[in-house]
Amino acid sequence: MSTVKSILFKDPASTESTRSILRVLILLTIAAAAVASRLFSVIRFESIIHEFDPWFNFRASKYLVKHGFFDFWNWFDDRTWYPLGRVTGGTLYPGLMVTSGAIWHALRMISLPVDIRNICVLLAPGFSGLTAFATYLFTKEMKDSGAGLLAAAFMGIAPGYISRSVAGSYDNEAIAIFLLMFTFYLWIKAAKLGSAMWGGLCALFYFYMVSAWGGYVFITNLIPLHVLVLILMGRYSGRIYVAYSSWYALGTLASMQVPFVGFLPVKTSEHMAALGIFGLIQLVAFVDYLRGQVPSKQFNTLLRALVILVTIVAFTGLVTLTVTGVIAPWSGRFYSLWDTGYAKIHIPIIASVSEHQPTAWPSFFFDLNMLIWLFPAGVYLCFRQLTDEHVFIIVYSVMASYFAGVMVRLMLTLTPIVCVAAAITVSSIFDTYLEIDSPQESDDDSESKKPKKEKVKETGGFLSSKAPYIGIYSITSKVAVVGAFSVYLILFVLHCTWVTSNAYSSPSVVLASRMPDGSQHIIDDFREAYYWLRKNTPYDSKIMSWWDYGYQIGGMADRTTLVDNNTWNNTHIATVGKAMASSEEVSYDILRKHEVDYVLVIFGGLLGYSGDDINKFLWMVRIAEGVWPQEVQERKFFTHRGEYKVDHEATDTMKNSLMYKMSYYKFPSLFPPGQAQDRVRGARLPSEGPVLHTLDEAFTSENWIVRIYKVKDLDQFGRDHFSVSAFEGGKKKKGKKGGMAGRAAGKRGRRVARI
Amino acid sequence: MARKARATTPEPSAVRPSTPNTTVDAAPKATPKTSTTTTTTSSSSSTSTVNLSANSSPFAVAGAIWDKYQKDTPQRTKLIDVFLGFLVAVGALQFIYCVVAGNYPFNAFLAGFAATVGQFVLTASLRIQTNPANKAEFSSVSPERAFADFVFGSLTLHFFCVNFIN
Repeated sequence: MSTVKSILFKDPASTESTRSILRVLILLTIAAAAVASRLFSVIRFESIIHEFDPWFNFRASKYLVKHGFFDFWNWFDDRTWYPLGRVTGGTLYPGLMVTSGAIWHALRMISLPVDIRNICVLLAPGFSGLTAFATYLFTKEMKDSGAGLLAAAFMGIAPGYISRSVAGSYDNEAIAIFLLMFTFYLWIKAAKLGSAMWGGLCALFYFYMVSAWGGYVFITNLIPLHVLVLILMGRYSGRIYVAYSSWYALGTLASMQVPFVGFLPVKTSEHMAALGIFGLIQLVAFVDYLRGQVPSKQFNTLLRALVILVTIVAFTGLVTLTVTGVIAPWSGRFYSLWDTGYAKIHIPIIASVSEHQPTAWPSFFFDLNMLIWLFPAGVYLCFRQLTDEHVFIIVYSVMASYFAGVMVRLMLTLTPIVCVAAAITVSSIFDTYLEIDSPQESDDDSESKKPKKEKVKETGGFLSSKAPYIGIYSITSKVAVVGAFSVYLILFVLHCTWVTSNAYSSPSVVLASRMPDGSQHIIDDFREAYYWLRKNTPYDSKIMSWWDYGYQIGGMADRTTLVDNNTWNNTHIATVGKAMASSEEVSYDILRKHEVDYVLVIFGGLLGYSGDDINKFLWMVRIAEGVWPQEVQERKFFTHRGEYKVDHEATDTMKNSLMYKMSYYKFPSLFPPGQAQDRVRGARLPSEGPVLHTLDEAFTSENWIVRIYKVKDLDQFGRDHFSVSAFEGGKKKKGKKGGMAGRAAGKRGRRVARI
Repeated sequence: MARKARATTPEPSAVRPSTPNTTVDAAPKATPKTSTTTTTTSSSSSTSTVNLSANSSPFAVAGAIWDKYQKDTPQRTKLIDVFLGFLVAVGALQFIYCVVAGNYPFNAFLAGFAATVGQFVLTASLRIQTNPANKAEFSSVSPERAFADFVFGSLTLHFFCVNFIN
């Protein structure tokens, strides 16, 4: 808040130079605030990589600094997607890792050997400071530097952006939002000046963006859309031609250097709009040139007709090419952008990701607070001035609003424009109400050219009220409005800080809970289990788990996984889903064929951790059903009343599934007979726990969140495991020794296998 | 450089605004006479020597444009136009080759094609920026600045092309 205040209360006698010094100071303060508020997670927990995807990025960064750039480029990873492996170097966006690798090398060069982990953890906060700066530059192009500073402050602390950039959230978005804003700034600059250099710089940053985040497609489509709208509005100019042509020609060529992108820019529908507009603008430029030679009024209409005609022809051509298969059709994620129900029906793997769900409306208020209602006002103000760059804001806000409504994740692309538009609004309000003199003209003109000076004199406005003005020029209205907005701004800062510290700073690798006396209790089951894997299993053992945990196992336990969060092979994931959803006879076969040594499940029933595998189980079933509709059927997992139950009403298919058995194995023995209670689903479990024949419990973490099972070796006498356990069960009663018997049983199982 | 050497060779017919040119070459002399004088005369306030009405035949319009082009365009701009025509020719050649002989080293084709297209648009940008008629639009871009931009853009472009062509 202090930053915003300092914009308002500046020395009235400030000259241009002191003002620019102040501006720099304010920007630095904003950057510091942006970085500081993202450090909650380090203070509350520790300097640790968060969540899922960051673990892969972290692992890739470690690989990069260890083996060098070229090895990283050609990296074939045989420790994931067993037995397929993954061409990691060619299937990732290397921008993030290369950035942190470069920082690492740069720091070493100046004799500051910093651990790569700390660089990775602090990369996102660092870049958020830069994002604030880029937002300042962007907004400055739209209105003035006052609005720019406000926008930078909003951007620095808006929870919608913080949610993806707290310390430790080492994901592509960490640098991508900065690149997004900076690319847009360069684009606006290029379009304003009509300079090929700015266009070329824009292309270079676009290249950086392409190498860093799949969301670059947003830029690829937004800039052409901006140009198209300008052309259709009859606002074509040579500047637009220069800016767009140089951006597209360089940017597209540059984007194809990234191996993961490859030939996509000339082959897929997502990129065709940019290509089409590129062709169109050549035509328009040519026609415009001709018009310069033959001035006539009819030409304008002719031009517009031509534009519309070409658009239609290009669109038809695109559709034809797509249908005939020359151009790859839209990818599934893009279909799900237009039809929110599409993914659920056709591609469960996409629908199963929580961040691909449609956004619930409270999250707009949660993530953007007061900005969300200032946002339309800012867009309206853009309509009033409507220069070329304001058209950009309008186009951006329309597109981003739609996409943010469709996918939770795309809230991230909406946040910058909301900050910019809200800053324009607030700045206009302050411009209007902080004027000391009431102007002679109507209040439209009071949005004057030198807002800085008027803002500055606010204190004077309070005190030196000589003439009683009415309407918005009266002191009362000025004080009321300015006061109200100051309060809003303070509340906004409070809200942002609260949200950041409470909602977005959890690493989700380490869970926090409150003890009855209010002190914090850290639940560290994940790392406990992964560390157990790292220390107690052979280096080349294969761990099967649901794909969510693939990156974490690879990063923390350093063991080979079958599937991970890079969901490139649906069938392989479905295989794991089938193994989890089938009965032991079927599953054991799959496990043997994939040489699985250990199976890992997440179980929250004891603690009440709701993100566990039983809750995700239906997605496993659905994904498996998509590939083997005959063998796995979702219907069979529901009771006859259509409920998803885990208690005694659960269906036989459910009770026999490997996932159910692994989750509840020996669970009832923790409780007095008949009292077993699943705290997540609020279900009372049958007192007889499931029996496992083909797996041995190897490890269960302190709070039972992670359970690891060892797959039994083939029986030495050639019997199947059911007859073995029947035989052993009949011959000698193995006493159950309560909950801790699991570990003993695990060791026993291995010993048997070794003999 | 081979390209430079060949830049002088293309026929005048390869020059950009000349698509209807071949048919019109003989026509321009005749145009003033054939242009029918109808009521809806456009406001031709420019220096164009040819009086055109809204109903002039396309040939007449094209001929008039060609005449005006020959007369009003500075020599340097004409040089740029020749280069543009050359780039169009090379690009078309590559495209025909791609269609006829297949696109096997696709990245090589793309790199070559993108080099011509990119160079074309950069040169066209230079042409637009340096055109005195557009002076008002490009208030911050002097001709020298435009040329510097052109060099910067071309360097970047060819850097990526060389990297991509393998």
